[in-house]
Amino acid sequence: MAYIELKDVSYRYPYTKEQALKNVTYSFERGKFYGIIGENGGGKTTLCNLIRGLIPHFYLGRLKGEALVDGVDVRDWDTGEISAKIGYVFQNPFTQISGIKETVFEEVAIGLENLGVPKDEMIERVINVCEMLNIEDLVKNNPNELSRGQRQRVAFASIIVMDTDTLVIDEPTSQLDPEGTESVFEIIRSLKESGKTIILVEHKIDLIAEHCEEILVMQGGKIAMSGPTKAILSDFGTLDLGTMIPATAVFGHAMKEAGKPLADIPITLDEAVELVERRGE
Amino acid sequence: MAIEVKNASFVYPNGFKALENINIVINEGERVAIVGQNGAGKTTCVKMMNGLNKPTEGDVIVDGMNTKDKTTAFIAKSVGYVFQNPDEQIFNSTVRAEVEYVLRYFKLPEKEIKERVKRAVQLTDIAGYLDINPLDLPYPIRKFVAIAAVIASKPKYIILDEPTAGQDKHGTETLSMMISELEKDGVTVITITHDMDFAVANFDRIVAMSQKKIIADGNAKEIFWNEDIVSRARIKKTQIGELAKRLNVPGEVLFCEELVEKL
Ligand SMILES: Nc1ncnc2c1ncn2[C@@H]1O[C@H](COP(=O)(O)OP(=O)(O)OP(=O)(O)O)[C@@H](O)[C@H]1O
Ligand SMILES: Nc1ncnc2c1ncn2[C@@H]1O[C@H](COP(=O)(O)OP(=O)(O)OP(=O)(O)O)[C@@H](O)[C@H]1O
Ligand SMILES: [Mg+2]
Ligand SMILES: [Mg+2]
Repeated sequence: MAYIELKDVSYRYPYTKEQALKNVTYSFERGKFYGIIGENGGGKTTLCNLIRGLIPHFYLGRLKGEALVDGVDVRDWDTGEISAKIGYVFQNPFTQISGIKETVFEEVAIGLENLGVPKDEMIERVINVCEMLNIEDLVKNNPNELSRGQRQRVAFASIIVMDTDTLVIDEPTSQLDPEGTESVFEIIRSLKESGKTIILVEHKIDLIAEHCEEILVMQGGKIAMSGPTKAILSDFGTLDLGTMIPATAVFGHAMKEAGKPLADIPITLDEAVELVERRGE
Repeated sequence: MAIEVKNASFVYPNGFKALENINIVINEGERVAIVGQNGAGKTTCVKMMNGLNKPTEGDVIVDGMNTKDKTTAFIAKSVGYVFQNPDEQIFNSTVRAEVEYVLRYFKLPEKEIKERVKRAVQLTDIAGYLDINPLDLPYPIRKFVAIAAVIASKPKYIILDEPTAGQDKHGTETLSMMISELEKDGVTVITITHDMDFAVANFDRIVAMSQKKIIADGNAKEIFWNEDIVSRARIKKTQIGELAKRLNVPGEVLFCEELVEKL
C-alpha cells in the first residue's frame, strides 16, 4: 500500500477564487526521496501543507477528494500525532524561528524539550545537528542577531533534530551559500539512506538531479508531469513547464545541436564526464 | 561619481565585529555582484553603502558625501537598498501604494509619478498585482514589489540583497532583463547573490567576501578559477565550469557555448 496517497484532491484557500490544487492524484512510497519542482505559485507549498495536515487543520478553505497518510485521511489525523510522524521545514526561513528563545541552542532544542527528552540526550542531539550544519560556533548567539543564511540553518536544524520518519522540506537552501546548500543536500541524502521518506521542494535543479529519485513538476495547481528523475530532467520539453533543467542536460542538447551528440543526455556531472569521455573512444 | 568604502569596520551593538577594514570603490555605471559565505558580512557591508549602517571605523563616501555627515534618508536618495527580507520594507496595503509611496511623500507631479511607476512595474513584471495587498502575494513577488518601489524612487545606485532566492525560471529571467534595462537607464546595480550562474551571466565584476573581509575582486574567470578563493568564500564554479575542469578543457570555461565549441 502507498504511504501517502492523494486521490483526486482539490483545494481552495479561504477567500480565494482559484483552486491552489486541482485534481491531484499521486502515491508516495515509503523510504523514497521525492523532488517537487515547478514555477512560483504552482502549488508546491500547498501540497506540502496538505501532506503535513496543515490543510485542513490550520488552513480552512475547501478540500475535496481523499488524502491518506498511512491509510488515515488527513482530516482524521490528530495534529499532534501527525507532527510526530512528519517533520516540516517551512519555506519562509524568516517565520520558522520561534522568536521566543534567546539562544540558538534553545531554539534548536525547542521540540525535544517539549517532548521531554532527557537533558543529556537532548544536548548531544542538538550539538550533533549544529555541527552538521556548521553553526556550532553560534549556539550561544541570539537567533535574531544572525545573518539570513545562518537563520535558515537554525530553522532546518530545529526540525531535523526531531528525527521523524518522514520529512517535508520546503526550499531549505534559498538563503544558503553554495557550500551550505551542498551540505544540506548531503544531510538529506543520509537521512534518506537511513530509511526516511523525503519530500523536498527546491528550485536548485542541478542538485535535485544529483539526489532525488522521483520528480513531480507542479504547474497551475496540477502535477504537470511526474516520473523518475532522469526521464523528467533530461527532457527539453520540461522547460515549457516553467522550470529549469540541469546545466549538464542543456549542455547535452547543445552538443547534439552542434553535431557532436553524446550517447545520452546527462543530468549530473558524473554522467556528463562519462558521456564526453566515451565519445572520444 | 562613486561609492567609496575606505578602511571601514563595523561593530554591532552587541559587540560583534562583522566587518574588518573594508576597502572598495564602485564607480557609476558598473555592475557588481557580491558573493560569499553565509555570515561573511555581505548584508552588513551593503547597508553601510546606503547609510543604514554607519562604519564604526573608517569612512563611506557616496558621490563625495561622507555618510557620517548625512541622514540615512538623504543617502537613500542616491543609494537604494532592497532588503534581503522584503517584509522589512513593505508596509502599504496595495502594491500600487507601495510603489508610489516615496514619490507621493516627495510630492512629485502626477505625470512624473505615473511614468516612474509604469517603468518600475514594467521592469519587475508586477503589472498584474497592482491592486492586491502585498501581504497576500507569495514571497518571490513581494520581493519584486520591494524592488519596484526602490526603482521608482530613481536612485543612482541600486543594491539588491539576494533577489534570486526562491525565484523560478521566469523570475530569474525577469531579474536578468531588469538589470540590463537599469544599466540602460544609467543606474549602477550592485547585487548580492548565492546563485553562481546568475552572477557569472549578469556581472562583469565579482567581489568575494569571507569572514568579515573582501578576499577577491575581479572578473568571473579570475574569481571562479582561483581554487583558493572558491574554497575560502564557500562558493562554487558554475556546473559547466566544474564539468570543464573535470574534463581538463583548457581556457577557464564557465559557459555552455564555450565548452561545446572546445569539445
Ligand atoms: N495562505 C494562502 N492564502 C491564499 N492563497 C494562497 C495561500 N498560500 C498560497 N496561496 C495561493 O495558492 C497558489 C499556490 O501557492 P503555493 O504557495 O502552493 O505555490 P508554490 O509552488 O509553493 O510557489 P513558490 O515557488 O512561490 O513557493 C498561489 O496562487 C498562491 O497565491
Ligand atoms: N543584528 C545583529 N547583531 C549582531 N550580529 C549580527 C547581527 N546581524 C548579523 N550579525 C552577524 O554579523 C555577521 C555578518 O552578517 P551579515 O548579515 O552581514 O552576513 P551575510 O554575508 O549577509 O550572510 P547571508 O549570506 O547569510 O545573508 C554574521 O556573523 C552575523 O551572525
Ligand atoms: Mg512555495
Ligand atoms: Mg545577507
